[in-house]
Amino acid sequence: MANEELNKAVSGDYSLGFEIDIETDVVPPGLNEDTIKFISKKKEEPEWMLELRLKALKKWQTMEEPHWAHLSYDPVDYQAISYYAAPKQGIESLDEVDPKILAAYEKLGISLEEQKQLAGVKVAVDAVVDSVSVKTTYSEELQKHGVIFCSISDAIRDYPELIQKYMFSVVPMADNYFAALNSAVFTDGTFVYIPKGVRCPMELSTYFRINALNTGQFERTLIVADEGAYVSYNEGCSAPTRDENQLHAAVVELVTMKDAEIKYSTIQNWYPGDENGKGGIYNFVTKRGLCKGDNSKISWTQVETGSAITWKYPSCILKGDNSVGEFYSVAVTTLAQQADTGTKMIHLGKNTSSTIISKGISAMKGQNTYRGLVKIGSDAAGARNYSECDSLLIGDKCGAHTFPYLESKDTQGQIEHEATTSKISDEQLFYLRQRGISEEDAVSMIVHGFCKEVFSQLPMEYAVEAKALLELTLEGSVG
Amino acid sequence: MKTVLEIENVHAKIGEKEILKGLNLKLEPGKVHAIMGPNGAGKSTLSKTIVGHYDVTLTGGDIRYKGKSINDMEPEERALEGIFLSFQHPVEIPGVNNAYFLRTALNAKRRHEGKEELNAAEFLRLMKSHLEMLGMKSDMISRSLNEGFSGGEKKRNEILQMLILEPEVIILDEIDSGLDIDALRAVSEGINKMKDGKRSFLVITHYSRILDYIEPDYIHVLKDGRIIKTAGPELVEQLEDKGYESIEEDSAS
Ligand SMILES: Nc1ncnc2c1ncn2[C@@H]1O[C@H](COP(=O)(O)OP(=O)(O)OP(=O)(O)O)[C@@H](O)[C@H]1O
Ligand SMILES: [Mg+2]
Repeated sequence: MANEELNKAVSGDYSLGFEIDIETDVVPPGLNEDTIKFISKKKEEPEWMLELRLKALKKWQTMEEPHWAHLSYDPVDYQAISYYAAPKQGIESLDEVDPKILAAYEKLGISLEEQKQLAGVKVAVDAVVDSVSVKTTYSEELQKHGVIFCSISDAIRDYPELIQKYMFSVVPMADNYFAALNSAVFTDGTFVYIPKGVRCPMELSTYFRINALNTGQFERTLIVADEGAYVSYNEGCSAPTRDENQLHAAVVELVTMKDAEIKYSTIQNWYPGDENGKGGIYNFVTKRGLCKGDNSKISWTQVETGSAITWKYPSCILKGDNSVGEFYSVAVTTLAQQADTGTKMIHLGKNTSSTIISKGISAMKGQNTYRGLVKIGSDAAGARNYSECDSLLIGDKCGAHTFPYLESKDTQGQIEHEATTSKISDEQLFYLRQRGISEEDAVSMIVHGFCKEVFSQLPMEYAVEAKALLELTLEGSVG
Repeated sequence: MKTVLEIENVHAKIGEKEILKGLNLKLEPGKVHAIMGPNGAGKSTLSKTIVGHYDVTLTGGDIRYKGKSINDMEPEERALEGIFLSFQHPVEIPGVNNAYFLRTALNAKRRHEGKEELNAAEFLRLMKSHLEMLGMKSDMISRSLNEGFSGGEKKRNEILQMLILEPEVIILDEIDSGLDIDALRAVSEGINKMKDGKRSFLVITHYSRILDYIEPDYIHVLKDGRIIKTAGPELVEQLEDKGYESIEEDSAS
């Protein structure tokens, strides 16, 4: 990019038209119509998508950042963020992937190679590095079953009817501040469509990582399971150490038709910042599933260990009769991390049921808040909910807070809520140490015991990874 | 006379209160030492002191294991070196699978000894054989460690751990309290099985019954923070008949 243009961009004097150099890999910081046009053009999007984005931008500009969560952080300067970055190299095959990126994956125990070799388990990986899909594998096998698994950008070009039908159908464009921002600027993400009656033949996985400095990440994921379909989707995230606060505002929409089921699992271990709260990722995510058809089921399982700030409430709208929503969550806050997370279960259909199992672990100066809403609509006769929110404290500088909300219009609804707060007792630690188990192993053993109900919901290899991650996260947080 | 564990003039506090007041005791290899004494005398405190419990502050004296002072050793090190305590009140640890816990403990010990670790299948075979011997139900494999166990089940589970970890110095704090007749027999059999002429036992009890099964070599009386008498098994009868008031202090203690 010419210097002159760069200066213009930086000074904000950039409203004259669509002038950003399309050859560039990083768009200059700032957010206005031109940025949106640049992204859309870069993505070779159809006109209708650009218009939706611009509409979202307009709405976002009228909205205010929400501050009701139990979080405190420095304000985000949305004009200082660059909204598009592509990897330096274009990549056709695995051999061409930057060895550094491969090494990072390897370090995290999630290399593509390793996954391929996993005995008997086929895992399709759509690895996203800096907002652009790098690699898709197993696509042929999936194609055989009519499963669509591609980047959202490809889907916008290749399956416009599906996108137009379902995108924004669960999380409306201006649902909240961060969702509106995402709707305007999302750069990549994943689209999955499972046709009628198809059980997806393998676990689908996506690994994200945040790379370029000062680059916001705005993934958008849409998964549709048509009648009687089933899919298990795993999203794992990790970022290398960074000093700058980085904003992440993803949107995930799930739709299940009659008799369909989606199981969505997340492992999130982005950079948490240091023990003084310096650095780390701001993670403001909107995740919502719509059980549209009768007897359908959506289940969210999340293991959240990373980010400086987490604001995240994976939710289910139980519209179809007999539909089922589940939320299993482990959220760890250590160092100076803050998490305000939970779920919303909106019961609209008859005999709908939901389960909420939330496990919050706080160590060092970590602050963990559970915030959950169970809403039972007037037509939701026979609705049932079971909620269990447990907090585990390690040390005495951390905190746990629980805010369960309940709205019921149906007197027949059956709602059970249990909440506990416990500390890892010295007596427990000593017992294990007396058997020759080191203090650190003893802590992680107790913590895993605490998280068991959630981990058992994760796919096998994922559970192993979650366990390792938990150990890594809590390393050095006791003593 | 050989000594595996030597407690020399030990003074120990819990909080601000001195509980052990110059306690002397020597455990001989291959021998069963029983400790009896009134409630609150400091028996559990002694066992906690030996394993390095955080409640106890050692204020004087020395504890030597195999000739070396262990005063500054971490609890897990003492355990890995072969000192085992069966707790008077085993703590419950929700969510921690009993078999997983025990395998972790065993493999920590095997690693420490430079031996190969046992895989899950090998370990299960080992655990099952002991369960049967102790008359324990097989669901003890998958249940959470001590969680919801009855008093007797907890005690059997302590013995199970002893059998699997094969320690060298075994401290049993009231292993016989609250056991029914069958459990007492099973637990005693477990203990007798561990006798190999090298291991030492320190059995804290209030009752002669378990001693009939495990046949101690020595009886020590612990009163007011000190061992006031050491004698052969014949002392038990006197204690049962006349109580602790009747005991005359050994001059040597
Ligand atoms: N954590 C503690 N805090 C305060 N005092 C304690 C604590 N633990 C033990 N003590 C006191 O130390 C003394 C010795 O207790 P200890 O448990 O060693 O007795 P014991 O001989 O094992 O008795 P018992 O036969 O009843 O088990 C008692 O007076 C007891 O109240
Ligand atoms: Mg006692």
